[in-house]
Amino acid sequence: MQEHQHHIKLPEGSIEKQTTTLNLGPTHPATHGVFQNILELDGERIVSAEQTVGYIHRAFEKLAERRPLYQITTLTDRLNYCSSPINNMGWHMTCEKLLKIETPKRVDYLRIIIMELARISDHLICNSIVGVDSGAYTGFLYVMQYRELIYEIYEEICGSRLTTNIGRIGGFERNFNAVAFEKLEKFLREYPKVLKEFDNLFVRNRIFMDRLQGTGAISAERALNYGFTGPNLRASGVDYDVRVHNPYCSYGDFDFIIPVGKTGDNYDKFLVRDEEMWQSLSIIEQAYRKVQDFKGADAEVFHADVPEYYLPEKKDVYTKMEALIWHFKIIMGETDIPKGEVYFSVEGANGELGFYLISDGGRTPYRLHFRRPCFVYYQAYEEVTKGSMLSDAIITMSSMNLIAGEMDA
Amino acid sequence: MQALTTRAKQVQRKPLSWVERIYLWNIFKGMLITFSHIFKKQPTIHYPEQKRTFSPVFRGLHVLNRDEEGRERCTACGLCAVACPAEAITMEAAERMQGEEHLYREEKYAAKYEINMLRCIFCGLCEEACPKDAIYLSETFTPSDFTRESFIYGKENLLIPDPVKQPEAFAKARGLN
Ligand code: SF4
Ligand code: SF4
Repeated sequence: MQEHQHHIKLPEGSIEKQTTTLNLGPTHPATHGVFQNILELDGERIVSAEQTVGYIHRAFEKLAERRPLYQITTLTDRLNYCSSPINNMGWHMTCEKLLKIETPKRVDYLRIIIMELARISDHLICNSIVGVDSGAYTGFLYVMQYRELIYEIYEEICGSRLTTNIGRIGGFERNFNAVAFEKLEKFLREYPKVLKEFDNLFVRNRIFMDRLQGTGAISAERALNYGFTGPNLRASGVDYDVRVHNPYCSYGDFDFIIPVGKTGDNYDKFLVRDEEMWQSLSIIEQAYRKVQDFKGADAEVFHADVPEYYLPEKKDVYTKMEALIWHFKIIMGETDIPKGEVYFSVEGANGELGFYLISDGGRTPYRLHFRRPCFVYYQAYEEVTKGSMLSDAIITMSSMNLIAGEMDA
Repeated sequence: MQALTTRAKQVQRKPLSWVERIYLWNIFKGMLITFSHIFKKQPTIHYPEQKRTFSPVFRGLHVLNRDEEGRERCTACGLCAVACPAEAITMEAAERMQGEEHLYREEKYAAKYEINMLRCIFCGLCEEACPKDAIYLSETFTPSDFTRESFIYGKENLLIPDPVKQPEAFAKARGLN
């Protein structure tokens, strides 16, 4: 052993540590959420990282065991809160699978419009935050107005912006109004320009490329072993997309491509998300055209005809006994729910969001499990950041789109 | 990996050309975009001087409704409390006595009705559950306060002004003007 010259006199028997331990989080501003990483640093390089989970665990799965199906939607809002409508819709479709409800085409298309808007707003946040973390703040501010517009569209339909609780089992709580469609048209008209500008700012920007290329890379094989899905898997080159492999909600009627990367590094993730936004935009356009094709009575359909699960109209509740009885039964959670076990998954904004629901025929689920993609990604965090600089690890965290609310459920 | 579908498309990832490698050019390009934004319309508003208009279905602060004659609509059926996923609503029912017909619309009414605004998640399910059009979510926020107790809103905070005695305040609360 080499003799070291110390400025500080260490107590007898202590071992000199060559590395620094750094607690990154749970309340570090750069982690965008309640994450904790215990990093072992050699200078600025990461030697090892230990991830802790559970800082905002709210026991959603347990809470759900005491709630009738329609109330669980409010829990799903709070998973990935950047794209809560996708979670809401995923949950409704899970219930519909259990209850064997067929939704009309118009409902499917409206849902697709909402889900793809949510995907855009989620990717928009993720990509622009990658920009912020690499020192390019401006792009983030320019695109935020359009996320705002997306939120306004939600607001017209469900009355809320972030924790949307949008839609009901069987359809939507109300039909889309003219203002919602107006705002959607405005979005379709103006957003491509904004996204183009965003691309101009980032995609071929040398500093940005230097920061992102080669950091946070993961091979397709390792990603599959971890159970990656969504954009993070596609960035490694696997074209797996629930919308294509297991089409739900009439996604089969739509034409879109699956962008894939090669190396799985942060730059590939950025590009995949960027291209997915363009694809979502085209899906929304197609869906909107299909929605406009409905004429007459068909154009007024916004929910399936399932009086056992879908609340009767308010004016009937006020005046008719029959409707009032159904209203009470549904709200009290006293309608029959079949026994069964279903798994349903949707392509959430950051991966396959799955709902595993067991019902024993009671008024609440017997057991519910959410398959949360973020939880899976976070397991790989040590592997992808080992040996990289601390500042790259921060970018990796945002480009994996880790969202604490979803990770901890 | 072999492709799983026919829809996969590789993202463009070509190396930088020599023009793109020049820092100065990149800075110039970025600045050009930034400068062009100086002349654009300001997208932000100056809250609280200016307020944005909410959608008519916005889920804000709760209001307990009255009918045209100013009688309380709520009949203390408790559906809103059952429907509330956050368990924020409590109430106590009472029977309407002789001579109170001008106060309460139904024979039973809520003597006490409380919503804990710190528990409430503004999901709107209570509004949806109410069979009497008695509770709805208005287009305002919950104002901030200093103590936890003050966020437990009772009937005195929630009830809408009387449309007969204070028609203007009523219309304002309903968002009619
Ligand atoms: S808005 Fe939702 S959380 Fe709030 S009181 Fe009504 S049902 Fe409960
Ligand atoms: S507000 Fe409506 S749902 Fe709630 S107790 Fe009164 S009448 Fe019933």
